[in-house]
Amino acid sequence: MSTEPVIKLGQKKKSLFKDSVMALLPDGGNLNMCLTCGVCSSGCPATGLADMDPRKFLRMASMGMDEEILSSPWAWMCTMCQRCIYVCPMQIDIPQLIYNVRSVKPRDEKPKGIVSSCDLALKHDTCSAMGASEEDWVFVVEDVLEEVRDSQSGFESLEAPMDKSGATFFLNQNSREPVTEPDEMVPLWKILHSVGADWTYGSKGWAAENYCMFMGDNKDWESIVRTKAKAVDDLGAKVWLNTE
Amino acid sequence: MKFTVQDPCQLVRKSLGDPIAEDLRFVVKAVVGEENFIDMTPNRSNNFCCGGGGGFLQAGLPEERHAYGSQKFNQIIKTGADYCITPCHNCHSQIHDLSEHFEGTFHTVHLWTLICLAMGTLGENERTYLGPDLAEVGL
Ligand code: SF4
Ligand code: SF4
Repeated sequence: MSTEPVIKLGQKKKSLFKDSVMALLPDGGNLNMCLTCGVCSSGCPATGLADMDPRKFLRMASMGMDEEILSSPWAWMCTMCQRCIYVCPMQIDIPQLIYNVRSVKPRDEKPKGIVSSCDLALKHDTCSAMGASEEDWVFVVEDVLEEVRDSQSGFESLEAPMDKSGATFFLNQNSREPVTEPDEMVPLWKILHSVGADWTYGSKGWAAENYCMFMGDNKDWESIVRTKAKAVDDLGAKVWLNTE
Repeated sequence: MKFTVQDPCQLVRKSLGDPIAEDLRFVVKAVVGEENFIDMTPNRSNNFCCGGGGGFLQAGLPEERHAYGSQKFNQIIKTGADYCITPCHNCHSQIHDLSEHFEGTFHTVHLWTLICLAMGTLGENERTYLGPDLAEVGL
């Protein structure tokens, strides 16, 4: 019989990346409660990408394989969809672990597309990840609205209110609509019009997306959310409606 | 003609849960007719992410994003639906791209498009994502 142990773990107890994440979470995100049942991995669409899956990622974190998990591109392939938490018998918060892996990466090691979307969003108070300015946005909305009023019978009095004070709903819009397919905004306006909704767009803080959050940058994420929330508060709207 | 619907993770599992998934089905069935609606399996809070979330669409990893989305694509194909309704912009971008990439036979359409189509108020320029079978309806 062999006397060699099958698995050799490190001798000294290291300070693990996982422990730093646990310190941030209520109940430590249950990250020490894994039963290794594999339910998370069997229902995760990212399983197998970059030779990784959620259980493996968590086990590696538990074993202190910090270098490996921090350098794995898999943190950008998990969409943080939370299905694994939903099905996990222990409600283990793997996506929060992923978020924190993203957040400790230096900016120049994060995917360029996500970084530039965040940078563009920080440029204007619109928070548009496509860099649309307040003027661009107001112009597009007015232009499309005028076209519909002139050409579609029954919609001569269609509205797309901008910066209306005290409306019930403050509506966000994904930047791709005004920038690349503005006509896609019209059905939404018509539905709101038909039900008599009291709503408004804002010239500031209207963009629905937040790539600074996906980038894992807490400071920029907060700055975007604060700009958007301020836009809603400044107009005194009651409900902030984000369509995505 | 059959329609299925994508439960957006953000709206359903991560925010308002199964009750909003029921509201979504109420609206979709009212619009397309109950007999024309078919659910994917699994669905509601248990649904698979389409692969458009978390910044994946901008991450510069199209191969991995398509591999991730193949699960969603197969799920939609299994329903046999002609249309996949996507109530979230990210889901729409990703599922539309999956259908093109894997050469699916279904169309990917925003919920607002079908609501206006059913109300008879969908304008000529608002039909980009309808297939030829619905493109002229109500014009
Ligand atoms: S589902 Fe939960 S308990 Fe099971 S392996 Fe995954 S993280 Fe561990
Ligand atoms: S959050 Fe990430 S690990 Fe969990 S199921 Fe979704 S993609 Fe997989």
